Amino acid sequence: RGCSRSTRVLFHEYSIKAAILIQRWYRRYVARLEMRRRYTWNIFQSIEYAGEQDQLQLSSFFSFMLDNFTHMNGNGPDLISHLLDSVVDPLTEEVRQLKYEQIVVPESYCGPRLSFPLSVTDTNALLSAFKEEQTLHGKYVLQLLYETKKFLKQMPNIIYLSTSYAKEITICGDLHGRLDDLLLIFYKNGLPSAENPYIFNGDFVDRGKKSTEIIIILFAFLLLYPDHMHLNRGNHEDHIMNLRYGFTREVMQKYKTHGREMLQLLQDVFSLLPLATVIDNKVLIVHGGISDKIDLDFLSTVERHKVKSALRLPKRSVDHLNVHANVRSSSRQSGRTSRASRRRKKHITKQGSCSSSSSSSSSSSSVCSPRVSSRNTSRRPPPSPSLPSPTDVLQVPFLDSFVSLEPPEPPRDELERQQVVDILWSDPKNQSGCSPNSFRGGGCYFGPDVTQALLQKHGLCLLIRSHECKQEGYELCHNGQVITIFSASNYYEEGSNRGAYVKLGPELVPRFFQYQVSRSTRKLTLHQRVCVAEGSALRALKEKLYGHRSDLMAAFQQYDIDNTGRISTSEWTQVVESVLRLDLPWRTLRPRLARLGADGNVEYESCFEDISPGEPIPPVTPNLAETLYRYRTDLEIIFNIIDKDHSGQISIEEFRQTWKLFSSHLGVAVNDQTIDDMARSIDFNKDGSIDFNEFLEAFRVVHKLDVKEQQQG
Amino acid sequence: MADKYSADTIITETQKRISNAFDVFDHESNKTVDVREIGTIIRSLGCFPSEADLHDIIAELEEEEPTGFVRYEKFLPTMTKILLERKFRPITEDLLLQAFEVLDQQKKGHLEPEELTKYLTQEGEPFTQEEMDEMLSAAVDPDKNVILYKDFVSMMTFDDTR
Repeated sequence: RGCSRSTRVLFHEYSIKAAILIQRWYRRYVARLEMRRRYTWNIFQSIEYAGEQDQLQLSSFFSFMLDNFTHMNGNGPDLISHLLDSVVDPLTEEVRQLKYEQIVVPESYCGPRLSFPLSVTDTNALLSAFKEEQTLHGKYVLQLLYETKKFLKQMPNIIYLSTSYAKEITICGDLHGRLDDLLLIFYKNGLPSAENPYIFNGDFVDRGKKSTEIIIILFAFLLLYPDHMHLNRGNHEDHIMNLRYGFTREVMQKYKTHGREMLQLLQDVFSLLPLATVIDNKVLIVHGGISDKIDLDFLSTVERHKVKSALRLPKRSVDHLNVHANVRSSSRQSGRTSRASRRRKKHITKQGSCSSSSSSSSSSSSVCSPRVSSRNTSRRPPPSPSLPSPTDVLQVPFLDSFVSLEPPEPPRDELERQQVVDILWSDPKNQSGCSPNSFRGGGCYFGPDVTQALLQKHGLCLLIRSHECKQEGYELCHNGQVITIFSASNYYEEGSNRGAYVKLGPELVPRFFQYQVSRSTRKLTLHQRVCVAEGSALRALKEKLYGHRSDLMAAFQQYDIDNTGRISTSEWTQVVESVLRLDLPWRTLRPRLARLGADGNVEYESCFEDISPGEPIPPVTPNLAETLYRYRTDLEIIFNIIDKDHSGQISIEEFRQTWKLFSSHLGVAVNDQTIDDMARSIDFNKDGSIDFNEFLEAFRVVHKLDVKEQQQG
Repeated sequence: MADKYSADTIITETQKRISNAFDVFDHESNKTVDVREIGTIIRSLGCFPSEADLHDIIAELEEEEPTGFVRYEKFLPTMTKILLERKFRPITEDLLLQAFEVLDQQKKGHLEPEELTKYLTQEGEPFTQEEMDEMLSAAVDPDKNVILYKDFVSMMTFDDTR
C-alpha cells in the first residue's frame, strides 16, 4: 500500500536484520545438534571400543577357565579350547572333499543346491534365497569354505589390479553382517562381473545378524569371478574377535550340526585373505591403515596365514605366568606336577621373550589346554606324550599392546605380526607422527606425514581404508590422500549414518555413492536422526551406570557426608568418570543422565531411575544381579561356547561351574547355595538343564521411558 | 562442599563446562581442536554469535600461529571471558517469531519456501544451499508446502531445550 521508496528501503533494512537473526539462531541450533551428534558418537565409540577392558576380562576369564578346569562333562577336554585351539587337520584334501560330498541333503530342503565350480546360476540362487530369508544348507557352506580356502592359498598378500580393462572398480567398506546394505549396493551398482569389478575392504562379519549370508555371497562371487572380485582382510576376520562380537554365535545358532567345523575352516579362510590391494600401482587399499613401519615389499613376503588373530600373548604375561606357575607348583605335593612345572619353566626360558613363536607352527594365537595346571592333576591320567610341547605354555588372548611388547631384537615373526596388525587396526589422525592406538588396543594412529612418506616411497597417490564408521559413509583426510569408506548404514542406530561406496576409473578420480537402508521411506530430518541415535547411545550409557550401581552409590555417598542425596556436579562427574572409566564429556552429558535439585546440585540416585529390571529375576542379591547385568554379554558368549551341541541348554552342573568360576574370577562373593537356588529356580521343567537364553533374558534391563512410549502407542 | 556462589566457584564451573565442550571435539585427546569447529563449540556453550563475530574471535585465537588448530590454553581465557561477560546473548522465541513476521510482508501467517530461501540465501550472512535444504526439510509443512513459521519456531525452541 503506497510502497514509497523509503518504506521499501526501511523494509529492506529490517529484512536484512531479520534474516541475520534467523541465520544466527539457526546456526546455533545446528551447532547444538552437532554437539549432541558428536557426543553420541563418542558414547557409541567409547562403549564399543572400551572393549579393551571388557576384552581383557573375557580373555583373562578364558585363561582362568582353562587354568582351573574341572571335569564338566566328564568325558572331554576343557570347555573352550575346542574353539581356540589351532586345528591340525588330520584329514587329507581328498578325504575331506569326499566327506563333504557325502553329506546328505534331505529332499525337503528347498534352498539353493550349489555345484562346483560355481556358475552364475548358483550366485543368483543364493541372492534370491537370502532375500527370502532362506538358509544355505551346511553341506554347501562347508564346500564353499573349503573351495575358498584352496583358492585363497594361491593368492599373494598384495593383489595388483589394473583399471585398463574395466570401466571402473567399485570399492566397498565395512559391512558387518548387514545384508540389506550389500543387497542395496548390488541393486544400485550392479552385481560383480568382468565389466563390474569389486573390492570389499574387510569387516564382513560381526555385529550384524547376517554375517553368514554375507560371506557366502562374497566367497561365491570370489570363486566365480576370481579376477574381478577381491576381498581384503579386516580386523574382524579373526576368530577371537568373532567370539566376542557375534559371528561365532550366529554360525553356531544357524548351523547346529556343522557349525563347529565351519568355524574351524573359517579360521584358516580368514587368515588367508589378502592384506592389501593396489590399483594401477597408484592406489593402496587396506582395511585399517598404515604405520611408519609398513613397507609393501616386506609386507608381500609376510606369511599372512600365520596371524590367525591379532590377540596374543604379550611378554609381560609370560613372566606373570612364570611366577604363577612357581606359586602353584610349590603348593603341590605330587612329584609329577613339579616335574611338569619344571618342564614348563624350562620351556619358557628356552623360548625367550616371544612365546608366540613357539606355537606358530600352526597358529600364533592358539590357546593351549593347560593339562599341567589343574588342581586335580593327581587324579587325572598323565598328558598324552604325543601332544606338542606348546601345551605347557598357557597363553592368554590379549589384544596387541604396544607398550608391553618391545623385545630387544624382534624375531621375524614378531615383525610380520606387527605389520599385519598395523594394516588391520590403524586409524588416521590429523596431526603428524605415528603413535600407538591405545583406544583400540592395537595398531597405530598415523599422521599425514606418515601417509605422505609411504605413498611417496612406493610411488602411490592415494590410500583407501575403512575400519571407522563415518556419518556420511565416507570421509577424506590427510589433504585428500586418505579416503575412509564405510558401507554399513545405520551402524549404531536407525538413522545414525549413511553407507557409501567409491568408484575409481582409469583417471583415478574417486566418485562417491551414498545410501541408507531405512525401515521407513520418509527421510528423517537432521534433528530426528540426531535424536534417535542419541536416545540409543544414552540408553546404552544408562545400562552401564545401572551395571555399576553399587560402586557408584558407594562413591557418591562418600561425598555426601550429610546424606542429603545430592552432590556437586564436579563430584558427580568425578565419580562417574572414575567408576565407569569411559572417556566421555560427563559434564555435558549430565543433564541427560541425572537431575539437579533445587539447590543446583546433582540428585545422584536419579541416574538409575529410568531403568528397572525386566522380568522378575531369580532370587539373587542385588549385588549379584548387578554383576549379571554388567556381564550379560560376556556370559552369553561363554554359555554359547559351553553349549557344545548348540541346543540352547546347558546342564545345571555346567551352569554352576561356569558361574562359580566367573564370579570367583571377578571377585564377586557368591556362595554355592545362592548359585544352586538360582539354577534350580531357572530350571523350570526340572529336567536338570537350563535354557540359558531364558536365564539371560531375565537380566535384560527395561528402560522405563520406552515402556511408557510403547504403552502410549 | 565449598560455597557454591563464590566467584571462584563460578569461574571454575564455567571453565569446566568449557573444557568438557572442548573435549568433545578434541579428536586426538591432545587438547587441540580444528579451528573450523570453534564456532560449533562456542554456540553449543549457549552463545549466539554471528558469522562476523566468529570471524573476529578466530582471528584473535589464531593470532600468533595460524596452524589450523586451536590449543586449549588459548581458547580457555577467550571463552571464559565471553561467557562471564555474557556476550552474544540468546535470541528468544519472541524475537525469532518477530523476525519471521517481518519477512512475511503480506502477513499471510506463513512463508513460501522460495520466499524464505531467497531471504536466507541472499541477505544477511547467507546460508549455503546445504543449510537451506536442511532448514527447509524441518520447516516445510509436507501437506501444504509452506512454512508455518509460528509452529516452526515453537517446535525448534522446544527441540533446542530438550
